[in-house]
Amino acid sequence: MKIIVCIKQVPDTNEVKLDPVTGTLIRDGVPSIINPDDKAGLEAALRLKDELGAEVTVISMGPPQAEAVIREAFAMGADKGYLVTDRAFGGADTWATSSTLAAAIKNLEYDLVITGRQAIDGDTAQVGPQIAEHLDIANISYAEDIKVEGEYVIVKRQYEDRYHIIKAKMPCLITALAELNEPRYMTPGGIFDAYREKKITVWGRNDITIDDSNIGLKGSPTKVAQSFPKSVKASGQVVSFDSEESATFIIDKLKEKFIF
Amino acid sequence: MDFTLSKEHEMARTLFRDFAQQQVKPLAREVDEIEVFPRGTVEKMQKLGFLGIPIPKEYGGQGCDTLTYVLCIEELSKVCGTTGVIVSAHTSLCCDPIKNFGTPEQKEKYLRPLVTGKKLGAFGLTEPNAGTDASGQQTKAVLDGDEYILNGSKIFITNGKEADIYIIFAMTDKSKGTKGISAFIVEKGTPGFTFGTKEKKMGIRGSATYELIFTECRIPKENLLGQEGKGFGYAMQTLDGGRIGIAAQALGLAAGALETTIAYVKERKQFGKSLSKFQNTQFQIANMATKVEAARLLVYKAAIAKETQKKYSMDAAMAKLYAAEVASEVTNLAVQLHGGYGYTREYDVERMMRDAKITEIYEGTSEVQRMVISGGLL
Amino acid sequence: MGFENNKGIFIFVQQVDNRITNVSFELIGKGKELAADLGTEVTAVLLGYKVKPLADELAAYGADKVILVDDPALEIYTTEAYTHGMYSVIEKYNPEIVLYGATAIGRDLAPRVSARVHTGLTADCTKLEIDSETKYLRMTRPAFGGNIMATILCPNFRPQMATVRPGVMQKLKKIEGAKANLEEFNPGFEKNHKYVEVLEVIKKPSTKIDIQEANILVSGGRGVGSKENFALLEELANTIGGTISSSRASVDAGWQDKEVQVGQTGKTVRPHVYFAIGISGAIQHLAGMEESDVIIAINKDPYAPIFDVADYGVVGDLNKIVPILTEKIKAEMIAKDNW
Repeated sequence: MKIIVCIKQVPDTNEVKLDPVTGTLIRDGVPSIINPDDKAGLEAALRLKDELGAEVTVISMGPPQAEAVIREAFAMGADKGYLVTDRAFGGADTWATSSTLAAAIKNLEYDLVITGRQAIDGDTAQVGPQIAEHLDIANISYAEDIKVEGEYVIVKRQYEDRYHIIKAKMPCLITALAELNEPRYMTPGGIFDAYREKKITVWGRNDITIDDSNIGLKGSPTKVAQSFPKSVKASGQVVSFDSEESATFIIDKLKEKFIF
Repeated sequence: MDFTLSKEHEMARTLFRDFAQQQVKPLAREVDEIEVFPRGTVEKMQKLGFLGIPIPKEYGGQGCDTLTYVLCIEELSKVCGTTGVIVSAHTSLCCDPIKNFGTPEQKEKYLRPLVTGKKLGAFGLTEPNAGTDASGQQTKAVLDGDEYILNGSKIFITNGKEADIYIIFAMTDKSKGTKGISAFIVEKGTPGFTFGTKEKKMGIRGSATYELIFTECRIPKENLLGQEGKGFGYAMQTLDGGRIGIAAQALGLAAGALETTIAYVKERKQFGKSLSKFQNTQFQIANMATKVEAARLLVYKAAIAKETQKKYSMDAAMAKLYAAEVASEVTNLAVQLHGGYGYTREYDVERMMRDAKITEIYEGTSEVQRMVISGGLL
Repeated sequence: MGFENNKGIFIFVQQVDNRITNVSFELIGKGKELAADLGTEVTAVLLGYKVKPLADELAAYGADKVILVDDPALEIYTTEAYTHGMYSVIEKYNPEIVLYGATAIGRDLAPRVSARVHTGLTADCTKLEIDSETKYLRMTRPAFGGNIMATILCPNFRPQMATVRPGVMQKLKKIEGAKANLEEFNPGFEKNHKYVEVLEVIKKPSTKIDIQEANILVSGGRGVGSKENFALLEELANTIGGTISSSRASVDAGWQDKEVQVGQTGKTVRPHVYFAIGISGAIQHLAGMEESDVIIAINKDPYAPIFDVADYGVVGDLNKIVPILTEKIKAEMIAKDNW
């Protein structure tokens, strides 16, 4: 069985800074990690590998330094790694990201594609289902448990108040929740192999088949008009009134915030 | 000269830090309080290969280097001094000598299970009358046919009773002095090999420190490590490596106390402002951080020296001497900056200060390190 | 711009077990506002099986029109059947805007539809407005754990689509007896390789509400003083529709269950409103709640670190302030029977 896991490099912090000129995020100096939901997806794939002997390929789209998450995936036990990187892919929204990743995945053989539910820097939960659409395969979101039975997967899929046990024929795509499992640690030797033995294949614009109109900033239907820090938090308002006034103050603020 | 860690070392540090924070830190207080050997943690580390980091892959090890091993002990010791020394004693004092002096058969039989997580190791040199002066060994080994017969005792043995495999030093020819000392591999469970009392210690209280007793203990002749009569040299060489491990433990304790204190002084408020706004705090933190960094450079340099130099005794001795003294000093200052809370067991710095003291004593006291260093110079 | 044929605001109506999810009414409410700015109508798109009786309820909450797609394939939510349904509706009716609730269903369905339609989608919006000049939909959403707000446009593709966080928009007052202006449409549902089989539906036992899912948390710390005194907080929580949570101190003291502990050793929460009452705000606690949208702190120590992260802080005695606050909220609620 061949499993492809999409992983994203995300900043490991909430101390986000904005470039005041461009309004984009400054990521320098912020430690980066594999997005937690993606890491759970990778762990799920590695467990299927332990159980059934699958080949696990990770694929990440991002700037060149995103290779670090592929190395980490190697150190956890992934077999192959692809980094999809090109200036032409930059500035992509979820639509362009998913079409680019799907185009890269089309270069590979797979029975199962696993993505995380959502990335902690975007929280959109869109890329997984959109990749599935571009690949024209079924997707099962919010997986809490994954089993493989022959050419089918049986997935426990989470909703707010219930679960569905879903059976889907492979190839299909699953989006994983961080709650799915406890990802394994790397091993020290695995880390050395990841840097000294295993190779990452880098794919640029010309290594995938896709129309220019579907990639990067130009291929993104959504545009960021404005981004701004949630400023209220920085300068909270602390007052010292009598009890009656204090309660009124809180109520006024709740109203301002449309709590009621 | 480049002081940056390679990418693989950076990633290894992240791994060790994550493991220490997630798996070791939550248990540190309990391990100290009830003086319990953290068996569960050891088993987790065994699974992850932490007990064979600098050992080549051909013996089942991780195939990393001494620096990676040092990073591991540093990160573990930041949160738990006990866990740090367990790894150090196992790796530096048991795996390393078998790797260096053992026969292919011994490596297969003993080193492989040690580094693949099936066995834990220890090292027995110190005796009641042979501490700093290790040459005064009184444990005897007499060859009798295909077996050596061991008689005597060892004290203050780290990982005692918990370990499965022990490197034991004994006199095979008393007339030759240090040239009559030999090294042996002894398995737990060998008839005549028993454990005495467990030490009650000031710090690293979860580490099992036992007396080992040998009474007509027969071990197969092939368990002689290296050559007869060369044991003292092996011990000294092994301790050179061990000191790097202990230096890393000391570094970790100091660095952990510093990190904890920085977080505390930012949070703790007195006179309406956080402690970090007071100049005394700022200067103390600056001093502590500078010393920790200096210790770190010495420890890393010694680790690299072990890989690249034939002799690294002085590097190891300097690293251990300095890191141990910094550990005591920095943990002491950490308690001071915590004030009354720092003296209570509610706060980790109290334990760190107790844990730090031993690093100035074991595997060669600070005085021994000064002897080694000056010996190389004068 | 060539989008003259795209008209109207469509709302995906989420129903589960033939009961409409609240967020759908909220979206109709918001949709009516946007429709007023655009001079257009709000159409509720109701997908399901035997769900026709629900149509009037949509009208009661303001839907000008209801499109009903009723088919056995839609009885239980599956991605492909619902995607095909929504996609077909969009292709046929060319809406200008389509809104979905940011629920486990909406967040699965909307991206798949957006990929099929080839249009943009903005996730988890907390604010929607029409640009007065361009008439574009301005979709504002939190990103990076709520540290950043981003306003997104979809200028070159239609429909403009967004998922919207439940509980953020206001539903309209219900008009009893309203009748739906109903249009039925069935694009046909032919099973293909993208259809999956639902083997089993397991409902979660409805125990205590998970504090991580609560919209409003009323959290108490050491300053509350006793287990009995938590009654003050419970009264407030009940009044405002919130859930009780706590700091580690209250758990250690045995006043609250570990299950509701917020912080590094407890749970990380991100409610819409977080009341920190008698909580000093140790780093470990802050780590678990500082991403809440609005933090309101009540503490008698003016130097308590909780005030550093609070949006609104009140220095004072919780024993006096909380009961007054509760009474005032009750009064507000009565004044506004729509709550």
